[in-house]
Amino acid sequence: MKRSISIFLFTLFVVLSTSLFASGGEGEHAPFDPAAVATHHISDANTYTILEWFTIPLPIIVYNKERGLEFFMSSKFHPDPSHHEDGHNSYNGYVMRHGSVYRIDQPGFPMEGEVHLDSTAFTSRKEMVEGKEKEVVYALYQGQEYKAVPRSTWDGGVLGGGITPFYDLSPSKNVIAMIIVCTFLLWLFIKAAKGYVKNVGQAPKGIQNLLEPIIIFIRDDVAIPFIGEKKYKKYFPFLISVFFFILGLNLFGQIPFFGGVNATGNISITLVLALLVFFIVNINGNRHYWAHIFWMPGVPIPMKILLALIEGMSLFIKPLTLMLRLAGNITAGHIAIISFIGLIFIFGNSGESLLGGSIGSIISVPLTMFMMALELIVAFIQAFVFTILTASYIGAATEEHHHEGAHH
Amino acid sequence: MILLLPVFQPSPGLALWSVIIFVLFWWLLSKFALKPIVNALESRQNEIQNALDTAKLARQEVSNMKSENEKLLAQAQVERSKMLQEANDMKAQIISEAKESAKKEANKIIAGAKVEIENQTKASIAEAKNQVGKMAIEIAEKVIKKQLQGNTEQENFVNDLVKDLNLN
Repeated sequence: MKRSISIFLFTLFVVLSTSLFASGGEGEHAPFDPAAVATHHISDANTYTILEWFTIPLPIIVYNKERGLEFFMSSKFHPDPSHHEDGHNSYNGYVMRHGSVYRIDQPGFPMEGEVHLDSTAFTSRKEMVEGKEKEVVYALYQGQEYKAVPRSTWDGGVLGGGITPFYDLSPSKNVIAMIIVCTFLLWLFIKAAKGYVKNVGQAPKGIQNLLEPIIIFIRDDVAIPFIGEKKYKKYFPFLISVFFFILGLNLFGQIPFFGGVNATGNISITLVLALLVFFIVNINGNRHYWAHIFWMPGVPIPMKILLALIEGMSLFIKPLTLMLRLAGNITAGHIAIISFIGLIFIFGNSGESLLGGSIGSIISVPLTMFMMALELIVAFIQAFVFTILTASYIGAATEEHHHEGAHH
Repeated sequence: MILLLPVFQPSPGLALWSVIIFVLFWWLLSKFALKPIVNALESRQNEIQNALDTAKLARQEVSNMKSENEKLLAQAQVERSKMLQEANDMKAQIISEAKESAKKEANKIIAGAKVEIENQTKASIAEAKNQVGKMAIEIAEKVIKKQLQGNTEQENFVNDLVKDLNLN
């Protein structure tokens, strides 16, 4: 039995490696760049590619001051699923590189309608922009390079983004993933709810048994201990929604051959969740909460000022850590898996070496399996951590103080 | 370098979509799913708690009854042993009384017998006396009759009589 399994695995490696070798031999291939591949795979995209083979067009909604709001499908770019989702065409001055929409920001490029780009459509190099080294993308059209800029981001240039001539408001791959996951979760929950209504006074069945332990766990071990028996009900739906939203997206991103969506690893989504937590906590914060932040009772006045500074900062640091922890953990997991899979291509010299590819596979498969198992645990842990911290922040903001010195 | 990844650049479009989707999800979930689920869980929990409480109460009652039964049993045992004791005492008393009365009766009978024997003795002595008197009278009669026939003969005769008397 053991022997037949090892023979099977070896055959699998050889076949996979051979196919890589074969595909590598077809034409000229750029050398494998693990960092670029990892960056591409964890990023959001304006098209949904499955297995580098099949791409589902998504709607593109872009806003530019001169052209106004524009709406079209990503199929206008003719993205190539097997070639880093780079679009063969430009449309109204927009192009698609690595699955993301860029806008040509250089005069001379035809800004109207569909234009076919060169066979090597994009090139990029590091340049000094405003005193910082930055990767600048160029689209190639009739042998000429035209600068292409990415969508505007809210990081003020600190994180390598910034305000550019256009905004991308498209329902991207992450948005599609969120819609799929939320719809699935709603279907699951509503089915379970119907079960509760139908089987009143009976033992739970089917989906009820799947969801009930988690719901009860969040109620009895997260909501009630942190927020209290009396007040938890107001915040319970938010906690459940946050937990299942994060867990669902974490797990959805782990499904192989399904786009590897990195939604909870994307700061835009965790930012929204953290902001919602920030607002819920501070809108519901009571007198004691604000007193403990800005005028800590029971300490001398210089301490009060110092503590007010620290607590005032922590007001914003708390949601900031929520945002970064989740995005960092999930993105790190995706990068680790991509890196381990990338070992096959590194050892195989981008598909040139059959032996190297085989050895790479033998090393890569157990590592990737281990990493995926780990990420499965991380998916639950991060959803739980986000939820329990949210509950603790809400609990701290709504706690009643009957006597001084009860906590600290 | 890692912070320069596009995933760490907050994008307004994606953020907007996330807000819409998440808030919608939150609202739909709490309205259509969580409300019935939470209510059902709560009522079930209450039901289970009630059932457990009732069971506990029933158990308490049963144990109370049990202890009462035990008490009754113990009481009955005590009573039984008391009754047995009493019966034993009574038996002993009856037996001793019977013995006593039997003794008395026996003594009485013995005393009666003694009196009877005494009476009999007295009667036989009296008869013997009567008999001796009669004999004396007979002897006197015979003596008187012999006096009429001679002296020597009389003397022999009296001696014979005396011999006869001694034999008696």
